[in-house]
Amino acid sequence: MRQTRTQALAAAALVVTALAIAACGSSSSSGGGSTSAPGVTSTSITFGSHQPLTGPAAPGYSEIAPASQAFFNYVNAHGGVFGRKIQLVYKDDAYNPTNTVNVVHQLVLQNKVFGIFEGLGTPTHTKVVGYLNAEKIPDIFVASGCPCWDNGTSQPYTFGWQPNYTIEGKILGQYIKQHFAGKKVGVLYQDDDFGQGGLAGIQDEVPASDIVAKEPYQPGVTTLAPQITAIKAAKADVLVDFTVPIYTAIGQLTSFTLKYSPQLVVSNVGIDPTTVAGLLKTISKGKASGTALIEGAISDGYLPSTADTSNPWIQLFMKVHAQYDSSAPFDGNVEYGMANAYTLVQALEAAGKNLTRQGLISAINANGSKWTGPGLVPFRYSSTVHGGYGGAEMGKIQGGKVVLFGGPLTTDPTAGSAITPFTGTQPAPPASGVPTS
Amino acid sequence: MSAPAIPRAVRERTLLRSLSLVIVGGLLIALITGALSSYRNLQLAYGGYYFAALAGLTVLAGLSGQISLGHGALMAVGAYTSGLLIGNEGWALVPALVAAAGVSAIIGIPLGLAASRLRGPYLAGATLAFAVGLPALADKFPSTFGGENGLTINPSMPPSWLGSNFALERWEAWIACACALIVLFVLYNLVHSGVGRSLRAVRDDEIAASLCGLHVGRNQTVAFVVSAACAGLGGGVFTVVNQLAAPGSFQVQLSLYLLAGVVIGGLGSLVGAIWGAALLVFLPNWTTDLANSFSLSTNVSHNLPLAIYGVVLIAAMLLWPSGIQGGFRSLGSWLWHRRGRRSRSPGAPADRPSAAS
Repeated sequence: MRQTRTQALAAAALVVTALAIAACGSSSSSGGGSTSAPGVTSTSITFGSHQPLTGPAAPGYSEIAPASQAFFNYVNAHGGVFGRKIQLVYKDDAYNPTNTVNVVHQLVLQNKVFGIFEGLGTPTHTKVVGYLNAEKIPDIFVASGCPCWDNGTSQPYTFGWQPNYTIEGKILGQYIKQHFAGKKVGVLYQDDDFGQGGLAGIQDEVPASDIVAKEPYQPGVTTLAPQITAIKAAKADVLVDFTVPIYTAIGQLTSFTLKYSPQLVVSNVGIDPTTVAGLLKTISKGKASGTALIEGAISDGYLPSTADTSNPWIQLFMKVHAQYDSSAPFDGNVEYGMANAYTLVQALEAAGKNLTRQGLISAINANGSKWTGPGLVPFRYSSTVHGGYGGAEMGKIQGGKVVLFGGPLTTDPTAGSAITPFTGTQPAPPASGVPTS
Repeated sequence: MSAPAIPRAVRERTLLRSLSLVIVGGLLIALITGALSSYRNLQLAYGGYYFAALAGLTVLAGLSGQISLGHGALMAVGAYTSGLLIGNEGWALVPALVAAAGVSAIIGIPLGLAASRLRGPYLAGATLAFAVGLPALADKFPSTFGGENGLTINPSMPPSWLGSNFALERWEAWIACACALIVLFVLYNLVHSGVGRSLRAVRDDEIAASLCGLHVGRNQTVAFVVSAACAGLGGGVFTVVNQLAAPGSFQVQLSLYLLAGVVIGGLGSLVGAIWGAALLVFLPNWTTDLANSFSLSTNVSHNLPLAIYGVVLIAAMLLWPSGIQGGFRSLGSWLWHRRGRRSRSPGAPADRPSAAS
């Protein structure tokens, strides 16, 4: 007895110490509920979402779901959609696939949500796509550009929203091919479908002989020194990042320490200047302030730049932001959350008053490619294509802001398919700011 | 050197008792899962695989006196084994789970050999290193283990004789609880066998035990291997229930949570492992709900659950150092004494041996 108690105390002390050392938490927010049809009543629609509110992808991305909820609050204040107020129950998965599985089951089985909206992340969301499609639960506008959402035949309930990473890679690759011809290119990419999809796009455009280094990293690592050192050793003149913001920041700080300054090209998801500047400052413990380390970086955008305050869409989002989401900075993540929410409202309008899960899917398949909104290019939606925006416009970080140039380009993810300028114009939002069908 | 003989009658009684316990438990679970919602069934399945790992760990710590901070990694071994076998090789459920337990047991042999030479904090440190290091292998060999993305498998659908309306979650709860009951059966019999007696002798006084002819290292290695097999089985079920084996599931925190579950449940007690499993399933949700019930800024509320978790652990350990099961046991004996005094019956019942009841 005595022996066991001593051991228990020893073990207790060990655990307390060890837990105190271990960091990294998990959290979530809950709410919601339902009556008859899952997640829909005559006065409400409840969607669920998994988001990285903590963990490596949290900086920046944790603003997305609150921004979407802010836009829904704005729509709700204008009467909702067919009298139904939209609620978003988002739970933290810390960008950890295991948590995603757990959280999505909880949302579907316990919170009884109508569908999953804006589930964030490639490594995370790939683990629930099978489940959601098997249960015929709408999996709308995944917050990731993985080419793997784009399969209306085998995954009829899943829809991407932002441009497919291969499309993005092709557009960035074409720019590199045209403007840095013959230069050596190194690619730093996240070792999952996100980074691999982007790399595929780059390889489709840039000649293989020019790509001198391809360095993957695993999300969760704390240093990129091996990767950046290898890319520097290969003497790459152009560094392409398919990274989430924290690894863009770590990569740039590492390059700076190694006195390596290639032309930086970053995929849209990794370059929001406000987010990266904040991360640079935190990681360097205040030594790197502002956006000096990403100034001049090439990127792309499929929504108007948040710096373009004359754009009516930016004005609308700034208004909603000031009213419902003022605690977050107005940056690309907030814009993303609101623009995605705007598209969901369009889809709900198109699905009509008698909302069913199948009805929402059919409405997006039938009408999605005709919707206009904050996006610079049209969606590619059809019953077989579920891939979101079909292109982007090139951009550059100038004075700490994204400046888009050259006009929107469209293409599709097929290897070798042409990249063509998009000539359509972007209509202003409706006066109320709420999309109508 | 050989295990002390246990009278045949006692042996048979133990076997009979554990067998009836398992049958009654199995019937109860089969009935209860029909009344539970899908989400509760899923939580039951989570509890089932946690129980398997916790029971192995509690027997290791309570019976053999060894502390392992590496059981999360042993679960990972089982999880990846069943993930690779089911996902890539197309194995059926049962052989894949047996293999998960087997491979973990094999990994447990060198670990157990090392563990039998180490004591106290050195043992904890060595097993902790295993827990920290092992998940990184998945990133080292992404083509085999899928890197940070992990391995995904298709859900194991309920067999057709259960009917087409049989919920997947209920089936998963059955799989997990069946494995938990097998673990319970094996460990219960082990604890009450000659091997169990040798292990207790080794735990209580290694010198005395070796003077009696017991091989200390061999006994401790056996305990470690059995415990590793239980953790591996738990990990195998983890993959089946979550349809996923990824390094993120088996970070070092899991090992710490497992040890915390064992200690709070009641070190050395198989019933305590049930409390521990319930705690691991429910506490994260409760702390999250609690954190969200205050309207705090997102930066605080997102990180509050972990802080609450820590506070609960510290409080439980200060107030109930022998765990929930130990608390119940002393409550029970206190009530017994009271009743005994009132009815003026002389003589209090002797304190029951605490290890692995």
